Amino acid sequence: MTGTTADRDTRGRGGRRRTHGGETAMVPPAEFTSYYGRPVVKPAPWTWEIPAYMFAGGLAAGSSLLGAGADLAGHEALRRSGRLTALGALGFSMAALVSDLGRPERFLNMMRTVKVTSPMSVGTWILALYGPPAGLAAAAEVAGMLLPGSKAAPVRLLVAAGRPAGLLAGLFAPPVAAYTAVLLSDTATPSWHEAYRELPFVFCGSAAAAAGGLAAAIVPPEQAGPARRLAVGGAVAEALAEHRMERSMGITAEPLRTGVPGRLMRAARVLTLAGAAGTLLAGRSRAVAVASGAALLAGSVCTRFGVVRAGIASALDPRYTVVPQRERVDRGEPVRHVAG
Amino acid sequence: MAGRNSLFGPVDPAQDAGYEAPPARKGFFTDTSVCIGCKACEVACKEWNLLPDDGFDLLGSSYDNTGALGANTWRHVAFVEQPAGRVAPVSLGMPGVGPPAGALAPSGASAGGLGPPAPAEGAPNLLEALDGGTETEGDGHPDFRWLMSSNVCKHCTHAACLDVCPTGALFRTEFGTVVVQDDVCNGCGYCVAACPFGVIERRKGPAGARNVGIAQKCTLCYDRIGDGLEPACAKACPTESIQYGDLDELRERADARVRRLQDEGVEGARLYGHDPHDGVSGTGAFFLLLDEPEVYGLPPDPVVTTRDLPQMFNRAGMAGLALLAGAALSFLGGRR
Repeated sequence: MTGTTADRDTRGRGGRRRTHGGETAMVPPAEFTSYYGRPVVKPAPWTWEIPAYMFAGGLAAGSSLLGAGADLAGHEALRRSGRLTALGALGFSMAALVSDLGRPERFLNMMRTVKVTSPMSVGTWILALYGPPAGLAAAAEVAGMLLPGSKAAPVRLLVAAGRPAGLLAGLFAPPVAAYTAVLLSDTATPSWHEAYRELPFVFCGSAAAAAGGLAAAIVPPEQAGPARRLAVGGAVAEALAEHRMERSMGITAEPLRTGVPGRLMRAARVLTLAGAAGTLLAGRSRAVAVASGAALLAGSVCTRFGVVRAGIASALDPRYTVVPQRERVDRGEPVRHVAG
Repeated sequence: MAGRNSLFGPVDPAQDAGYEAPPARKGFFTDTSVCIGCKACEVACKEWNLLPDDGFDLLGSSYDNTGALGANTWRHVAFVEQPAGRVAPVSLGMPGVGPPAGALAPSGASAGGLGPPAPAEGAPNLLEALDGGTETEGDGHPDFRWLMSSNVCKHCTHAACLDVCPTGALFRTEFGTVVVQDDVCNGCGYCVAACPFGVIERRKGPAGARNVGIAQKCTLCYDRIGDGLEPACAKACPTESIQYGDLDELRERADARVRRLQDEGVEGARLYGHDPHDGVSGTGAFFLLLDEPEVYGLPPDPVVTTRDLPQMFNRAGMAGLALLAGAALSFLGGRR
């Protein structure tokens, strides 16, 4: 919308906003004031690399968990697929992260400080703790595959390091999956910030669904039981958390339902639940397992792109910044620091 | 140096950042009631800080063809055209040209030979335009008013851009301001999304400009104030709409000014960003506005996102533990 002046915006409202979380139903104002319809906050300058990184990071984390569990449970094929997938996904996500920078050659400046107030700094250090053991576990797996029964000391050492490294990677994996939600929420981007309560659960569920689905597709069915259970559990958790998230976000849930992000979120829901159902019903059918795994992976991709794109849409429309703030002020409840 | 209010609540930002006995906190008081929209601040800022141009576009938004603050615009003058009627204009004591106001006939015709020449038939009368408009309603009031406001980085007490910067490129100066180190920033773009005022931006171009790919914003002329000079915009402002100085003193001055305007009947006059208990714990650059903040493109109740960071990490921790437990359960949950 463009106005001739700082005009009242009288566009129609999205129709699905209703009560949330037990609060009284409140009819949002039909109009709000803006400066020529221009955005108040700026959207993150992030392109496809960031949601792709978030998907791949989640996939790596879930795969490391499967690899560690399979190692302890003695499922060799599941362990191998978990460790190798984790390394591949991690490598892709690192490349995506670096290339998204305005100055990629200065990537290492991320390591010149540790800042708990910056989720990106925290995430960098989480990845720095997670990456080496995940890589070592994958290297051990490769060594075991290429040089089976080798008596050479370095090879035996590497293979022996596989278990502790894999377990360590599994321990650091949940923060890898969860912190990306904080990364988005710790911004002034309305649809990211307002999602902070449930978004970590959405992203962790999505990570579990993607990793479980992929492993169930590539591991022999008799070893894939844990992967199937992780996939179904993750898909259900994601769907529930996402539903709850939209109800808690008030007006800022609108961008998750409209336009391109809305289509992505609907596709994510259909793909994830269909993939979960297929995984449950696949039995010994490899074809069904592969199709289900593909659906779960695609669903996870759609979730990440949908959430990221919805946030950017919410930043570009002043409505999502101004209206909730104006409502707070008009209720006489502007944000104030209370000593105590 | 983390204290109780390091994430939210009133603090002296320089002391909170670790400076011992820092100089007085510096800031801007932008009194929009005397802004005449000359854009000298925009120009002075561009020149002093060597900001590249953004091209020359006509935006169709009154006299504002700049649009918004951004990587290449560190001062931005907003022009709002409002139907009057809701607010009767009050003489704001703006500097003008020509004879004293009383000598001007309402029609704008010059009184005697000393006044400005009467405008040619059909030409816009600049004097009247400055005063609010050329057309009048029955009561003699102009039918619209202009609001002009020079916007700038707020140099928040709790600056989200600085909080979320992962490289330490953004830092708190001894004057309590927030500055980007161009040679450290790697262009991650996190500060852009974190700023509740939409100020900082990653420079996209033009090609060949310096610092492309790097986050850029007002430095409160860090390279001038350290030498005792005032920032370029304040220096250039012909009406003292932009006032630079010690924040404490500016706040007192602003309180007196807003009280005076309110006493004179300017109902919409209010301060914005002056309150150390607000969502960003007050700003170093604050404003006197004549209407709601959103009219000028400012958020009505901005909050530093980092205020909620502890809860965000808590929720993420719970989700991570749930994922770990879920993975463990997947292996314990039977053999299939």
